[in-house]
Amino acid sequence: MSTEAPALWTRKHLLGLHELSADELRFILDTADSFKEVSTRSVKKVPALRGRVVVNAFWEDSTRTRVSFQLAAQRLSADTIDFSEKSSSVSKGETLIDTARNIEAMGVDVIVIRHPAAGAAQLLSRTVKCSIVNAGDGAHEHPTQGLLDLYTIRERFGKVEGLKVAIVGDIANSRVARSNLFALTKLGAEVILVGPPTLLSRSFEQLGARITHDFDSVIGEVDVVNMLRVQFERIKSSQFPTVREFTSMYGLTWDRFQRCKKDVFVMHPGPMNRGIEIQSDIADGAQSGILQQVTNGLAVRMAVLYLVTQAG
Amino acid sequence: MRNQYDEGDVRRFVESLASQIVAEFNPLKPLNVIGIRTRGETLAQRLTDELKQLGFQHIGRGVLDITLYRDDLSEVGPRPMVRPTQINIAIDGIPLLLVDDVLFTGRSIRAALDALSDFGRPSAIELAVLVDRGGRELPIQADFVGLTLKNVPRDHRVNVRLKENDGRDEITVEPKS
Repeated sequence: MSTEAPALWTRKHLLGLHELSADELRFILDTADSFKEVSTRSVKKVPALRGRVVVNAFWEDSTRTRVSFQLAAQRLSADTIDFSEKSSSVSKGETLIDTARNIEAMGVDVIVIRHPAAGAAQLLSRTVKCSIVNAGDGAHEHPTQGLLDLYTIRERFGKVEGLKVAIVGDIANSRVARSNLFALTKLGAEVILVGPPTLLSRSFEQLGARITHDFDSVIGEVDVVNMLRVQFERIKSSQFPTVREFTSMYGLTWDRFQRCKKDVFVMHPGPMNRGIEIQSDIADGAQSGILQQVTNGLAVRMAVLYLVTQAG
Repeated sequence: MRNQYDEGDVRRFVESLASQIVAEFNPLKPLNVIGIRTRGETLAQRLTDELKQLGFQHIGRGVLDITLYRDDLSEVGPRPMVRPTQINIAIDGIPLLLVDDVLFTGRSIRAALDALSDFGRPSAIELAVLVDRGGRELPIQADFVGLTLKNVPRDHRVNVRLKENDGRDEITVEPKS
């Protein structure tokens, strides 16, 4: 019996990676390792969360993350409810807290929330009694994306410490960049943020990142390039030149790819703007981990749902 | 009641298990030996070694982590770590020997049987345990037992320690701390 395993996880919520310790991050990754195996079985389901209810409450569009959380919950045998802003009373003007309290009153165990306002998950965690998992709050954090990126990097290189990771593009609007930055630096990687001055302010240096506005100056030294999506829906026109200029300065083109390290690992959180931030055939190429990220996302989310419910 | 067994005792119990198993299975036919983490895994390895010496030729090995199948998580301590299950062998239609260190309430074995059914359908599942300490809460019995302990008070723990996991071989019966 594995009774002597250390209890390294005590959190009822996953709100961000900023507040997690390196040990907690490793604990989630190790737990995710075990869950990855479940998806290789003939019966891809375990009874760990049988009788529990997980609600996906999405106030913003999402395909990957929502489907991934839903499948993760189902593989743990939880019942799932899908709630999206457009088909709900939110469009009648109900507040976030009222909506969440009503969902909770139906007896749910976990609310997975995506919301355009930074801090939405935090606010809910102080209001309701069930577990809250942040699936993206404004430009603040997207912890499960950060974790799955971390997991995918660790899987590829066998370690995180000592690696150089470039995160490129629209940093200012990116919760993915923040969660990645916190997680990677805690595990000893060097993070280089790359983007135009309008989308990458110097203040990121205080969070432990190296920053540069010149992609070409770092292209040859990094082990990982994580290309962010240009979030046209969030960018103000004054922050962004033209698509062509952005691609020529910050896109992962063939020309740049050939100046990368031979074994460079290419990542993208999706959805991709093919031909803008990343050339199509690089995204589909042998050094791309993009679909691996999606596969690993499932295991990571199973681990997170399992851990927050055990810590209740 | 003795409350301390040493390395020599543990060796004899394992040998005894092996000889009971030999009498039951055909050494020329396939047999899968699956240990329940953590010490069941070690015991499964030792038993496999013994069985091979006794002429078994087709032994498949695997490891089962039952954490996700338990119904008594809150009683086995705070949030045990989930570790991978490794069953990379065909288990359909082949007899399967399940191995654990201590048989007590039977709840671990119930969980293990549930887990195994997600991997396939062995022709039969039999259970080998190093120690049967009684105290069942479910209708589950072992087919092969190394040591039977009678009348162990419920507030006592039976600790199996194995070299590979704990640095030494021993079995102790102690009050729960």
